[in-house]
Amino acid sequence: MPVWDGFSELEALQREMERRAANIWTGQGRAPRVAFLPGRGARQYPLVNVSDDERNVYVEALAPGVDPKSLDLSVMQGALTIKGEKPGLAQVSAEAYHRNERAAGRFLRTVELPVEVDAVKVSADYRNGLLLVTLPKAESARPRQVPITVR
Amino acid sequence: MAEKTVPSVQEDRAPSRREETREHERYITPPVDIFETKDGLTVVADLPGVEQRGLDVRVADGILTLQGRTAHLAPGTPIEREYELLHFYRQFELPEEVDTEKIAAELKHGVLTLRLPKKEKAKPRKIAVSIS
Repeated sequence: MPVWDGFSELEALQREMERRAANIWTGQGRAPRVAFLPGRGARQYPLVNVSDDERNVYVEALAPGVDPKSLDLSVMQGALTIKGEKPGLAQVSAEAYHRNERAAGRFLRTVELPVEVDAVKVSADYRNGLLLVTLPKAESARPRQVPITVR
Repeated sequence: MAEKTVPSVQEDRAPSRREETREHERYITPPVDIFETKDGLTVVADLPGVEQRGLDVRVADGILTLQGRTAHLAPGTPIEREYELLHFYRQFELPEEVDTEKIAAELKHGVLTLRLPKKEKAKPRKIAVSIS
């Protein structure tokens, strides 16, 4: 249903403001943030990029080192939920570390989808530490060619 | 392990708007775990979006260089972007006891695991004396 949603517009605006504020602080045009720190970072992981074409909506999530069997996806009420776990390194004592910058743990994130999707036909692919979810747009959300009758 | 890291932006020449869009001069420093076992060192690095053929691991003059070329999976027009995959780059100075000939690397689910074994130390040997 293409109802104008003032709140999501506001949220998008807020995100944009935050993004720009972050860029001012780092002094870069586009600060590359590729962190995946479930259980350690303060924000919600995984980070996602959303894109679309005429047929599908694509959600790409940055999730290196995740056990593919632990991944659990669900689509409900116009939102995609990504759940999973990144296993930690087994049997390494704290003194043995020279550097410990990675993180491990469970993660859960819900991403609002821009349009209505056909939940039955959603497919997902985990490759090179990236998760690509392909969500076919619902018939009503697809662009339709309107025939014009010329008289 | 001492570390050498390139600055994320290398811009010596006069900055202009157009130059900034050239991404090949910008890098991401991947997060790593480095730990020691009795056999050697293990380096684990998160390199999402790097395929095996896009990965370059090399050792020269006691310096380990990790370089990874990344590629996004998602097609289509971007709606929202929370991250940007630039190429990965990071260097480490190796301690002398690492046997550089025997370094093993494995890339799985966007995570690189490098095993750097220590050199076999000269073991004490008993020399048999033959009586002639």
